[in-house]
Amino acid sequence: MSFSPVLYTKRILASVQEYSLLSARAFRSLATPPIYWGDIFTQMDSIGFGSLPIVILTGFFTGCVLALQSASALQQFGAVSKTASLVSLSMVKELGPVLTGLMVSGRNASGIASELGSMKVTEQIDAMRALGTDPVRKLVAPRIFATVFMLEFLSILSAFMGIIGGWIVSVGLLGLKSSFYFHETYFSLYFADVWQGLTKPVFFGYIIASVGCYFGITTSGGTQGVGKSTTRAVVMSSVMIIIVDFLLTKLLIGIFGR
Amino acid sequence: MIIEEKNAADSQHFEGPAIVFDDVCIGFEGNQVLDHVSFKVEQGETRILLGPAGGGKSVLLKLCDGLLRPDSGKIFVLGKEITAMRERDLFALRHRIGMVFQESALFDSMSVEDNVAYLLHEERVPEEEVRKRVEEALAFVELSAAIDKFPSELSGGMRRRVSIARAIITQPDLILYDSPTGGLDPITSTTIIELVIRQRDEIGTTSVMITHRLQDAFMLATHCYNSASKKVENISGGGVDKTTKFLVLNEGKVVFDGTTQELTHSDDPWIKDYLA
Ligand SMILES: Nc1ncnc2c1ncn2[C@@H]1O[C@H](COP(=O)(O)OP(=O)(O)OP(=O)(O)O)[C@@H](O)[C@H]1O
Ligand SMILES: [Mg+2]
Repeated sequence: MSFSPVLYTKRILASVQEYSLLSARAFRSLATPPIYWGDIFTQMDSIGFGSLPIVILTGFFTGCVLALQSASALQQFGAVSKTASLVSLSMVKELGPVLTGLMVSGRNASGIASELGSMKVTEQIDAMRALGTDPVRKLVAPRIFATVFMLEFLSILSAFMGIIGGWIVSVGLLGLKSSFYFHETYFSLYFADVWQGLTKPVFFGYIIASVGCYFGITTSGGTQGVGKSTTRAVVMSSVMIIIVDFLLTKLLIGIFGR
Repeated sequence: MIIEEKNAADSQHFEGPAIVFDDVCIGFEGNQVLDHVSFKVEQGETRILLGPAGGGKSVLLKLCDGLLRPDSGKIFVLGKEITAMRERDLFALRHRIGMVFQESALFDSMSVEDNVAYLLHEERVPEEEVRKRVEEALAFVELSAAIDKFPSELSGGMRRRVSIARAIITQPDLILYDSPTGGLDPITSTTIIELVIRQRDEIGTTSVMITHRLQDAFMLATHCYNSASKKVENISGGGVDKTTKFLVLNEGKVVFDGTTQELTHSDDPWIKDYLA
């Protein structure tokens, strides 16, 4: 098969269009009845509570590592006391949301894509349509809502665990005082930083669920196709999270001035 | 019994045939699957769809339910032009159409009970009534014992019957059966064909059935349900059921459209060969 750039571009544009249409339909489904609350809660449970261990562990150890690394860098300027503010700012603004997004993407974008993909290739999605249910309303919308909602809390938890990790390292290994660490953390975080940390997960959650659903329901080619969709969903959502993180950071710094 | 208490609100009356295909074409990636197909299915008719594998039968059935859209031509189902309807509006119409998929397509995350009750749950029918109607529908397909099982624990024939129960539970105006006996042993096939005959003769639902097995097709044409003895029997005097008609597809074209007699007496060499 010869590679045709025109055809390739056309195919990409067609996918982008299809993806946008799917998103639009999902939003409309969330704004109009009937809303499948049962499915939303099931998804919240599997996405949110299922991701707790990995989010707690990554958040905690990232905080530990951050404290160690920043302390050794800050030492050169005699500013080891600034460790707390470095840890908290990085965790809240950047690493909490992004790491959680990436971990949840690995776990759930793949899970969503493979579940919907198997339903697609075994005609269960057609069966749902044949029974008069809109699969976007029943399958896509609940996953998007649940992922956005749960990722918000998971990101907060991750940032919190990071700060705790940093505290343990600071007190245990760097010899800082606890009260000093928390005082420093508290006063280095501004409203704008917290806002940034809270805005990002909304976008990341949306990316994870919508990309997972898109690759899931466009699956073709049997079991092999399901495998391909799963891989693509993880790669695509992870890359999109990193790119969107850059754009969002630029935008939010523009708005808040820090 | 559920099959007697047909929900009057659901079945809106309409004039004319139940299904009309008007010069329908559809293809996938340059491969023409249906080529200028036209036919009608009258209300109350049972249409048997025959033809070699890959001839476009399943595609035709999905077109009837609006699951696929034709490249050209018009399709009318239950008096509505579905080719001119948006997907959103089709969902309501599909509540009046039951579909049995070739591979059953049961929801594997749900139990048999929830699969069969799916439409009732969607319509927010009270829970006690749901249970009662599910039990009745499963009794109709003789699978009462499987109510708490999951699709992965069932055999192919049982799955097919659950899928029939799921399609008939609301007594739709039109039932589409895609190869309900495909890949099954003769005894199970006969059981399934008897269910189709019962549905036809007790309720008189319009239906389209795809089959690969000619003996199933002819059993449908030559048997009827005797409501007195509650058995499926041969039609007396070697007669055939008048509401049962045939449509034969080959390579995307309609090669036969008519009654049982016309089919068995056809002079077309291809049909003779196919029936032989
Ligand atoms: N979604 C699809 N995408 C691409 N090609 C398709 C699709 N659905 C069907 N086809 C093609 O359409 C043709 C007819 O398929 P169809 O499933 O209707 O055959 P069939 O008559 O039901 O065969 P069988 O008796 O084996 O079930 C096949 O060549 C198939 O490859
Ligand atoms: Mg088929």
